[in-house]
Amino acid sequence: MEYVPNILFAIALIAGVGFFTRNVKKLSRNIKLGKDVDVSDNKTQRWNNMIRIALGQTKMVVRPVAGIMHIFVYVGFIIINLEVLEIILDGLLGTHRLFSSLGSVYNFLIGSFEILAFLVIVAVVVFWIRRNIIRLQRFIKPEMKGWPKKDGNLILYIELVLMTLFLTMNAADSQLQQLGAEHYVQAGSFPISQFLTPLMSGMSESGLMAIERTAWWMHILGILAFLNYLYYSKHLHILLAFPNTYFGKVKPKGQLNNLQSVTNEVKLMMDPNADPFAAPATSDAAVPEKFGASDVMDLNWVQLLNAYTCTECGRCTSECPANQTGKKLSPRKIMMDTRDRLEEVGKNMDANKGEFVPDGKQLLDDYISREELWACTTCNACVQACPVSIDPLSIIVEMRRYLVMEQSAAPMELNNMMSNIENNGAPWPYNQMDRLNWVNE
Amino acid sequence: MGEQLRVKTMQEFMAEGKQPEILFWVGSAGSYDDRAKKISRAFVKLLNQANVDFAVLGQEESSTGDVAKRAGNEFLFQMQAMMNIELLNGYEIKRIVTCDPHSFNTLKNEYPGLGGTYDVLHHTQYLKELLDQGRLTLRGETYKGKRITFHDPCYLGRANSVYEAPREILAKTNADLVEMKRHKTTALCCGAGGAQMFKEPEKGNMDINVLRTKDALETNPNIIATGCPYCNTMMTDGIKAHEKENSVTVLDVAELLANSI
Repeated sequence: MEYVPNILFAIALIAGVGFFTRNVKKLSRNIKLGKDVDVSDNKTQRWNNMIRIALGQTKMVVRPVAGIMHIFVYVGFIIINLEVLEIILDGLLGTHRLFSSLGSVYNFLIGSFEILAFLVIVAVVVFWIRRNIIRLQRFIKPEMKGWPKKDGNLILYIELVLMTLFLTMNAADSQLQQLGAEHYVQAGSFPISQFLTPLMSGMSESGLMAIERTAWWMHILGILAFLNYLYYSKHLHILLAFPNTYFGKVKPKGQLNNLQSVTNEVKLMMDPNADPFAAPATSDAAVPEKFGASDVMDLNWVQLLNAYTCTECGRCTSECPANQTGKKLSPRKIMMDTRDRLEEVGKNMDANKGEFVPDGKQLLDDYISREELWACTTCNACVQACPVSIDPLSIIVEMRRYLVMEQSAAPMELNNMMSNIENNGAPWPYNQMDRLNWVNE
Repeated sequence: MGEQLRVKTMQEFMAEGKQPEILFWVGSAGSYDDRAKKISRAFVKLLNQANVDFAVLGQEESSTGDVAKRAGNEFLFQMQAMMNIELLNGYEIKRIVTCDPHSFNTLKNEYPGLGGTYDVLHHTQYLKELLDQGRLTLRGETYKGKRITFHDPCYLGRANSVYEAPREILAKTNADLVEMKRHKTTALCCGAGGAQMFKEPEKGNMDINVLRTKDALETNPNIIATGCPYCNTMMTDGIKAHEKENSVTVLDVAELLANSI
């Protein structure tokens, strides 16, 4: 009987981590549905970006209030994880406050965790007020209706509960320490939870133990549950921000990639020695590659990673000139749609033994409308604003490429502009012979 | 007709067996658009003043293909790019200066992958170089005490992180430079990029250029300065929408400098 708690704990831990691993595998499979893209360049700069942007939160603090509050939650969660390590070991070994032999260092650590936990609570409350009372514009845009709104609040509630449990556990523990209860070593300092102890004064040792044990169990089970909630939530950014900032764009923002498949064809067209009627040189007479993207599989895997990393903060959308002037385009929605469609494709594969069975749907039109795509000014404000290096613009351009090169479905005025370039080398219908007239005007 | 400008084509340089210091990439707007042509002329006036040995491609120049690329027509872009690259490489061009941030971006970032690698500068960067070297000096009286606000073109600023060159040379006009609330990395687009210049905007409640001009007007400027022919058009239209065309003018940095020598 003595080992029942240890065994139960081990089972919970294995189940929690196991289920999470399964979801991570699914996540990785879905991301790999994207096309390959070479990201082996600029390693130093990439590491720098990850350290600066993800670890250092440099882009978060561009907006100081949200930025500083976010740092509370971020630092809180990373550092309090040291405590989780102790909790896990205690749970498995049946010990209590295993690291307490660290003495004054331990007291300092527990004291710091408490202060951080308090700051997390402050930040979570501020975040909740911004979402639900102040109702900041970017949190109430159309794409935030329903699940995304609920998801945002749910995360805040979970964090609030976890931190409260942590502090309650400490409060009861310190009371038990004072009572000299068996098993409860004198350890830790409790700068925050000391304010909770008056609520427990006069309680019996067994009552306090019940509170302490309940809080301890719920705290660790809560953390395991939260870990598994990530995959179903926008909250994956706490893990994916790191790879995403590493794989993010390292070229100037204005630089769009040149499509290699197009280069090959253009070179052939311009080569005076090429025989247009010759049989393909190689035997692999493959179907010519599709130009641009109409569905998630046409995007590259970094773009799909971008979609899973998006935490729907909406900074991109709030900076977007099209969105600010009432157009339908919202860069955040581009990312949310990409993820939703990718999830749909993933579920389709799960239901069909790992093979995708065409479902008559695609990212274009079923998720992202043409009106949204054509409203973009390619100004890069969204890319600049993203605190985790997501590039919504690259997806928009890829989808425009599909519309224009596969479907010839550009707006009429743009077709006129393009035929002008084809005919006279300028977007306007002027004669190329008049190019130098400005000198004498 | 304004004053006589000295402009030589690459063909003429070839005939003389010479190489210019720089190639001035005029761009389609700078060649054909009535407003932008004045910017080309102002820039050449400065080049002439500094005795820069420069060339243009003239009738051989063709669209960079930038706007086609942004519209999604990668084919047309690469056709244009490869034709231009063949020409530029044939002339052994090393250094290109342009008044159009869109051409600047494409030539600098997107041509190298197709075989055209050059040292590409925006005209504000090159003018700064001329001023720093003392080849160009300003009297700096025309705009003394005037309030000027600079609108960052997206393809110069965010796209290529050039924020200081235009501001540094504007400061030399002795004008009072005032910043809009959103400037540099957070500058709002004028609304013309991504091929929007050539189409009607999608349905919304406002035009982007009107919103951006509002930002500029909040600084109470005498002049809105830009470094892009498309921004220039958009801001000029925006001023009209706010009925301020009698009190505020939109000028390119090159024009402000050309009026200050």
